Amino acid sequence: MAFLNVEDLKVHFPIKGGIFGRTVDHVKAVDGVSLSLEKGTTYGLVGESGSGKTTTGRAIIGLNKITSGKVMFEGKDITNNISRGRSEFRKDVQMIFQDPYSSLNPKKRVIDIVAEPLRNYEKLSKKEEKIRVQELLELVGLSPESILKYPHEFSGGQRQRIGIARAIALKPKLIIADEPVSALDVSVQAQVLNFMQDIQKELDLTYLFIGHDLGVIKHMCDNIGIMYKGRYVEEGTADDIFSNPQHIYTKRLVAAIPDIDPRKRQEQHEFRQEVKAEYEQSYNDYFDDEGLAYPLQPVSDTHRVALPEKG
Amino acid sequence: MSEKLLEIKNLKTSFRIKDDYYAAVDNLSLSVNKNEVLAVVGESGCGKSALAFSVMGLHTRAKIEGNILFKDHDIANISSNDLNNLRGNEMGMIFQDPLTSLNPLMEIGDQIGETLILHNKDLSAEKRKEKIIGLLDKVGIPRPERVYKQFPHELSGGMRQRVMIAMAIANEPELLIADEPTTALDVTIQSQILELINELKEDMNAGIVLITHDLGVVAEMADRVAVMYAGQIVEIADVHTLFESPKHPYTRSLLNSVPNADKAQDKLHVIQGIVPALQNLPREGCRFKARIPWVDDSEHEENPELHEVTPGHFVRCTCYKHFDFPESKEEQHGIS
Repeated sequence: MAFLNVEDLKVHFPIKGGIFGRTVDHVKAVDGVSLSLEKGTTYGLVGESGSGKTTTGRAIIGLNKITSGKVMFEGKDITNNISRGRSEFRKDVQMIFQDPYSSLNPKKRVIDIVAEPLRNYEKLSKKEEKIRVQELLELVGLSPESILKYPHEFSGGQRQRIGIARAIALKPKLIIADEPVSALDVSVQAQVLNFMQDIQKELDLTYLFIGHDLGVIKHMCDNIGIMYKGRYVEEGTADDIFSNPQHIYTKRLVAAIPDIDPRKRQEQHEFRQEVKAEYEQSYNDYFDDEGLAYPLQPVSDTHRVALPEKG
Repeated sequence: MSEKLLEIKNLKTSFRIKDDYYAAVDNLSLSVNKNEVLAVVGESGCGKSALAFSVMGLHTRAKIEGNILFKDHDIANISSNDLNNLRGNEMGMIFQDPLTSLNPLMEIGDQIGETLILHNKDLSAEKRKEKIIGLLDKVGIPRPERVYKQFPHELSGGMRQRVMIAMAIANEPELLIADEPTTALDVTIQSQILELINELKEDMNAGIVLITHDLGVVAEMADRVAVMYAGQIVEIADVHTLFESPKHPYTRSLLNSVPNADKAQDKLHVIQGIVPALQNLPREGCRFKARIPWVDDSEHEENPELHEVTPGHFVRCTCYKHFDFPESKEEQHGIS
């Protein structure tokens, strides 16, 4: 039994129109996504803006309403538990948000931000709470004296670490990290990524890592799913995706990563032209009439690709 | 030797905080040649955008000292009339965020048309429209006649950025400043936009200043690279030299902190401490000193200068000679 199992997840948003504001159509933000995560691993969900990767993450944690499909966490069906209040699931699954500037309440002190989940689930005295928050801050590498400071007194990387301290306060099992380093400079990004790997080992965490920077994804993830227009185009281990991409969209995405070696510039340029030509030429072979991906077909034990059915 | 297009001499751009002025760009000199991409790299707060805005004369409240020589003008001391003749005409700028930099209430065609009306008065309305559609086509916008009549919100991020580029190149500028032109975009669109900028360089023989924090973009685009830290250039070299034999501790740290797709690393390098706020910037000695505390004080210069190590490769301060990454991870991790 997989740790987290998502089966044929669909999230459709209604489009209202007409004089009476009736639902005229739907935006299929997530249209049949299945994935499964093993404990202690990191799963990367990749796609361009609008591909539905964030919606998928938010639907799993219950921030978006699920239209159809099934979410199983540790063998329990939690799909319809969205308004389930303070269930165990809420405690076990936490989220790290993209923007450390807007995801912390500017009017609250650090202690109130980090202690909020504790106050919801654990009855601690003021003194115990303070000790716990200080421990958490130390764990994320912030000085325990900073509990009385406000978010604006910290740098971007430090704020992101406050967000992480809040996320790990209840010792969760799964963390959904939605572009946790996209808003950060490279050196700060390195700090946060290292730190996420450290606490993963320490607390045996499982990550669903949502991102668009393929360098970061490759560095962090064991398994990767590539999304396009609400559907999967390819799924596999990091090695499958980067060394042996099968779908033309994945190929194009991998080719577009800027190479840090200026000597390869010309080579990279030609390679991109080639892939682009291939993409344009074989677009119709890889996408259906509506420009959507086909269902996934296995090509190896770990590797699945959206290809039209043979025959 | 290629021809110099822009020469910046001892530029100092200072901002007022409370009652004092603090320099965000501190005594900076550099030059850009024709048909060259000069990348300016650094993290947020290093002064790279302040530099770009100084060159375009866009600062309204900053104190600007030094010289910015472009053609026959010194932009640091120029009348606003002359400046308006230059901007949008002989020099163009691509801004970071295409959504906030376009007027949401104006059709795309009219927005691009504005610069043409200003700088090219004898163009008839018909010719102008033809030219705008040609520009939209040039930057790779499909169905330009349709986009001409659309509003910014109807276009995707990549398309908006293309509109910005069309606007910046409308009058075929000789100098183009691109301030993080692809930061807000997806990788596939990023590679298209970068390709486009490269083509424009060749077509127009323009000099391009590319401001970015993405070292991958630098490696793909730049001819020369200037690395900025705390308002100063700490290293400047041609792109191959910079990536193959970086010298300054900051450059080396930056390169080490990028997750590298080819090289599996367990741990990324982390630079100790944080970039100091503008008013707390150390103004004397090596500005990077606080971030590499394991390097002995005596190895820094008192007044660090740029030293030419090989022709065209300049490094600030002498600390690079003694710098090495600490072995133990704990030492390196000292997080504040």
